[in-house]
Amino acid sequence: MSDAPRNPVEKLLRTERMPHIWCPGCGIGTSVNCFARAIEQADIPYDKLHVVSGIGCSGRVAGYVNVDSFHTTHGRAIAFATGLSLSRPSAKVVVYSGDGDLFAIGGNHFIHAARRNIDMTVICINNFTYGMTGGQVTPTTPLTAKASTSPYGNFEDSFNLPNLAEACGAVYVARWTIYHVRQLTRAMTKALSTKGFSFLEVLAPCPTLYQRRNKLGDGVAMVQFFKDHSTIKNGASTSEVGLGFQSDMIVGEFVDRQRPTFMDNYNARMKEVLGDSFVPFEGIK
Amino acid sequence: MKADPKAVDTGIHFIDGNEACAEGAIAAGCRFVSGYPITPSTEIVEHLAKRFPKIGGLFIQMEDEIASSIAFQGAIWGGQKSMSVSSGPGISLQMEHVGLAAMTETPCVFVNVQRGGPSTGLPTLPAQQDVMQARWGSHGDYEVIALAPNSPQECFNRIITAFDYSEKYRAPVFFLMDECVGHMLGKVKIPPADQIELVERKMTTRKPGEYLPYRIYDGDVPEMTRAGLGHNVHITGLTHDERGYPAMNAETQDVLVRRLCNKILHHVDEISIYDASQVEGSDVTVISYGMTARVAAYAVETARGQGIKVGNVRLVTLWPFNDKLIRDIVDNSKAIIVAEMNLGQMVHEVERAARDKVPVHLLGNAGGAIIPPEAFIAKIKEVVS
Repeated sequence: MSDAPRNPVEKLLRTERMPHIWCPGCGIGTSVNCFARAIEQADIPYDKLHVVSGIGCSGRVAGYVNVDSFHTTHGRAIAFATGLSLSRPSAKVVVYSGDGDLFAIGGNHFIHAARRNIDMTVICINNFTYGMTGGQVTPTTPLTAKASTSPYGNFEDSFNLPNLAEACGAVYVARWTIYHVRQLTRAMTKALSTKGFSFLEVLAPCPTLYQRRNKLGDGVAMVQFFKDHSTIKNGASTSEVGLGFQSDMIVGEFVDRQRPTFMDNYNARMKEVLGDSFVPFEGIK
Repeated sequence: MKADPKAVDTGIHFIDGNEACAEGAIAAGCRFVSGYPITPSTEIVEHLAKRFPKIGGLFIQMEDEIASSIAFQGAIWGGQKSMSVSSGPGISLQMEHVGLAAMTETPCVFVNVQRGGPSTGLPTLPAQQDVMQARWGSHGDYEVIALAPNSPQECFNRIITAFDYSEKYRAPVFFLMDECVGHMLGKVKIPPADQIELVERKMTTRKPGEYLPYRIYDGDVPEMTRAGLGHNVHITGLTHDERGYPAMNAETQDVLVRRLCNKILHHVDEISIYDASQVEGSDVTVISYGMTARVAAYAVETARGQGIKVGNVRLVTLWPFNDKLIRDIVDNSKAIIVAEMNLGQMVHEVERAARDKVPVHLLGNAGGAIIPPEAFIAKIKEVVS
């Protein structure tokens, strides 16, 4: 190890596992860079931060961050994180995964964790496709976009993720793109400091599969597209932020509100009904 | 380690197997349960939902069986002792997470109160059709432990054994009840907490930097950690090396998967629990488990009263299968009857271990009702003649 100055985010990374598996131009690594800086800014000690991922390209994030990290099954990261968060009330649990994992196979767990207001931050890297398996259509693939399982163009309506998250009860909802590294870092910092269920959608390029199949150029071209076609509109109504194929996109911080968490409600109800015979669940500090 | 006196409901109770299972789990130190309602297991989670808020536990009813079979694994990596509760259709959904527990060596208990299948089948009626599912239900090579209680008292006692085994071997343990045992009312004696000895989780005492989550420091089970101790571990369902890091090659797979199997298979004698009586010199030996073993006990006594030499073996541990026990029966008895509420599952294991040295007969049904004593006695007479 040389004495040369280290990259400031290096200490969050399992450098012995580099190089990572992500393609050149992929946006996931950029988001991890923002994440590392956000952890610094939120001042969370590493032993109070647990990262949980599902399966897929974004699901590999858990394997590269140097904290207690869990690479679970496809779609079930939020369900695993629910148990982990409840048993570790003093820690921040972050679910880091992709659009297919979180919103197709894992959609049911997302809506219920948001409804319960489980204390966790969910970061969704939305690259509009299943990258790991070769570029299939997902619930966020825009109408008419091509994927290996929608070779004639997608004909299903896609999810508007911020709108879904708000409707289900998330207390903090924001969307940024990989171009907006500063805003994204700030949003991550805020989400990490928020009690309850917070959600971040991160629009990211997938040059290898989504863009190649749709003739959208390389990673830089997509970042340029994000720059040119995004409008920052904090507080925008989430019903107006749906995405079309290569459409203009609204980014920003959409929801910031307070609701009692699952444990707040549990403790209040049990205390009210059981009085002194209630023994709170402490978890493991 | 002893049970917690503040939580154990010491005394003589008249309760069913499901409630006894819940109380046994409490005595074993289980304080987090994720479940989803499904007949005929539901009373277990209902009881825990009532009891947990008074003893510092937490029950969460998840959105489906898949979620409940992984939420509790998250809690376990957060430091809890925990179990998941379900029945046939739910267990079918949970199988991927049995594999996850096997691969990540998460000490956990899967309770399955068996009902008739396949599919929705017979929600309110008993069966023992999930025995092979418990063993083979998730993909890939792995080993599990499975215990089958046959009374409310055993539901209490053996769920504690199930937790103990899960901690000792860091493997998923199935608790294979059936509808009859789950809903059977009986006397359950819950001893004082200081008389309930528990196996403690083998937590590492190594400092961060000196600990690898899947290195074998001694024995054949790795030392465990939990989230938040500074070990910064990575836990994955992918094939992993001793650091816990994914390693996509045949060599790592071979080392890991063989170890996952052998840590169970090398301890069959310690894990195997059974009762055997009058096998030596018998004309036939009945092998059964769970609810069916209660009928077998009655039928065997009746047959013995009629002068027939019948051995009786009741398996409590179904997996790992005790081949040596079967070989011993083969050497001491002229024939074997395997009785089970299915169309033939354990009988295949018995046949394999018996290696054609004595005839092996099945006394089974398709589930939905216990095998009546008359059928037992008739089968015993048929085999002996």
